[in-house]
Amino acid sequence: MASSSSFIANKKDLGLSALSSTSSPFSIPKCRKSISKKIVSVMAPQQSERKPATTGSVKIAMTMTEKILARASEKPQLSPGENVWVNVDTLMTHDVCGPGSIGIFKREFGDNAKVWDREKIVIIPDHYIFTTDERANRNVDILRDFCLEQNIKYFYDIKDLSNFKVNPDYKGVCHIALAQEGHCRPGEVLLGTDSHTCTAGAFGQFATGIGNTDAGFVLGTGKLLLKVPPTLRFVMDGEMPDYLLAKDLILQIIGEISVSGATYKSMEFVGTTVESLNMEERMTLCNMVVEAGGKNGVVPADSTTFKYLEDKTSVPYEPVYSDEQARFLSEYRFDISKLEPLVAKPHSPDNRALARECKDVKIDRVYIGSCTGGKTEDFMAAAKVFLASGKKVKVPTFLVPATQKVWMDVYSLPVPGSGGKTCSQIFEEAGCDTPANPSCGACLGGPKDTYARMNEPMVCVSTTNRNFPGRMGHKEGQIYLASPYTAAASALTGYVTDPREFL
Amino acid sequence: MKTLVCLINCRLEIFAVHFDVDVAFCTRYRTVTFPTSRCCLDAWAMKLWAKPNVRFEYPKPPLHSSTTHHQNPWLPRAAAPRPTRLRHSLTAESTNATTFHGICYVVGDNIDTDQIIPAEYLTLVPSNPAEYEKLGSYALIGLPASYETRFIEPNEMKTKYSIVIGGDNFGCGSSREHAPVALGAAGVAAVVAESYARIFFRNSVATGEIYPLESEVRICEECKTGDVVTIELAESRLINHTTGKEYKLKPIGDAGPVIEAGGIFAYARKTGMIPSQSC
Repeated sequence: MASSSSFIANKKDLGLSALSSTSSPFSIPKCRKSISKKIVSVMAPQQSERKPATTGSVKIAMTMTEKILARASEKPQLSPGENVWVNVDTLMTHDVCGPGSIGIFKREFGDNAKVWDREKIVIIPDHYIFTTDERANRNVDILRDFCLEQNIKYFYDIKDLSNFKVNPDYKGVCHIALAQEGHCRPGEVLLGTDSHTCTAGAFGQFATGIGNTDAGFVLGTGKLLLKVPPTLRFVMDGEMPDYLLAKDLILQIIGEISVSGATYKSMEFVGTTVESLNMEERMTLCNMVVEAGGKNGVVPADSTTFKYLEDKTSVPYEPVYSDEQARFLSEYRFDISKLEPLVAKPHSPDNRALARECKDVKIDRVYIGSCTGGKTEDFMAAAKVFLASGKKVKVPTFLVPATQKVWMDVYSLPVPGSGGKTCSQIFEEAGCDTPANPSCGACLGGPKDTYARMNEPMVCVSTTNRNFPGRMGHKEGQIYLASPYTAAASALTGYVTDPREFL
Repeated sequence: MKTLVCLINCRLEIFAVHFDVDVAFCTRYRTVTFPTSRCCLDAWAMKLWAKPNVRFEYPKPPLHSSTTHHQNPWLPRAAAPRPTRLRHSLTAESTNATTFHGICYVVGDNIDTDQIIPAEYLTLVPSNPAEYEKLGSYALIGLPASYETRFIEPNEMKTKYSIVIGGDNFGCGSSREHAPVALGAAGVAAVVAESYARIFFRNSVATGEIYPLESEVRICEECKTGDVVTIELAESRLINHTTGKEYKLKPIGDAGPVIEAGGIFAYARKTGMIPSQSC
């Protein structure tokens, strides 16, 4: 086993020790915007790398992320900056990166090599599914061939593209499927070939995105070399106002620290507000950690988590929690009662603005979907706004449930206060498009025939996660990222609208 | 012509040692094998040098150890000097350190992976040779119209810019490994940016496709697309010949040997983490 000497050493990546070389010990490197921190961090003193066991030193308090990685690397103690070989509990891949990862696995380990553990790999086609693009379809076939050959236990296959419902194994968007199928468990390490793998941090585990080569490596060995990130702590206290959703919280944070504010760091979300969020809202929070550059996001597991997992997994798990005296790089506190519905204006997730200040922005369409904003709770939220208004939408409104389960919920669960109507009924009455096939859809553009893809320049309010140029298809498209409340409100007026107009 | 002949002979010596070596001759894709007999090598090398924008690259170690080798490719070779990565062969010198020389393409901050390789091209599988090439042809095609100069000309597969200079947070967004792969396949040797997003940096090192170098200052504001630059890796220095300015780069550190080895697998084989292949 390689020693813990620096493997991928990057001066900027040294986290704590790099800070002492910049002018202010309390500034986060490369963050240009001013940081409104009320509580300034306790910064760990610069230390040379030495194994704790060799010093016989006092046990140092660790953060959640450090503890998870310590357990996964079978070490008693870890500090940020250490490179460690981590045992992977679950590896996920999908149709875009799976074939590439498989290609690398076969090339490097041999055509006849076997994966390290057929039960720890979850293969989920979700990105380019409902398309006539031949290569996209071929990529799902590549996944199937590999799963048959390796006898992969969890492969959520789809064969009949004309009707997703006749594919009993098919789930949809990988990050939501992972949660719904019980693959996310507190204290574990989950790696996936997708940047939004960080979503699973909502379950109190270390979850982060990796590339094809790293995934190929994990397929063969079940391990990966990771550098322990320092943690940024976000404390949110107070009762969540009824016009705000987790999306607004994370847009607030990203706007605060910028798209590189959490690079190489872990983001920990605590506080009474976070505790009041249900699992899907926590997933939204952790989902966009990568948009701030974050390595992973974590929410401590609690009764909400355990209840969610009750009927989904029987695999034993052991949650971990940050020590009282754990050291965080910085701590941010937010008074939730002062927050208002937000949008991220084109073309960056940190281009934060109040929704009400964008009320003169005329829009061409609304998109409600993706791992960020296409879960059951997101559709319930949108339905609530449509119900409260009772009017019809003024622009084409596209609805793309993340998974088969979400699609079924949209068609079966009653919306509170509606007298028994389902989301789908409310959407129909409001004039929205019929809920589409569950998949990633147009969140990332995709092949030209993807449903709701932006093929001409237009303005869209979307519950998705990125709005860089060309994200949804057209380079000149303008995407306003927003919560499901804000998206629904905007659909009703034809302009970017604060949901308080209706709620 | 004389200079060219000398260079070819120098390179041939190194090539001759490695049979079945996977080479990246204008590309980085690994399974292109090249001829083994000396006369074929001559002919092949002539074709190599006749092409514009050829980059010589130190051959990567064989992936399949079915054939024997004259020598362990990783042991220092006393005979031949370590080859230079040359781009435009404007100054065809061979030095003992790795240097990159060519013209640069300058971009701004927060160049996300959707701009580097838009999602519609992700159906191309990087580990498939033909599709690897195609990916390269789409590198940076997602940049908005405000970038007047195209990175790759419409009917070309490769770029003439072997060095990309960027600002903050280069490679942010998606984890798609297609991003550094597309840049490498297009012919980029190194990116010099103020800072990187972590997954992009990691993927660059893991694949060994490009060197993700960091500048100390905002070089992107002082260089223009088309400037002739040289990067000296050992000295961690970038020289802009057009403006006459020199810049200090942050040392690539331990990532260097990994990229040079050809990525984490090659590197991990060296340390015995993966058994060497038998096939």
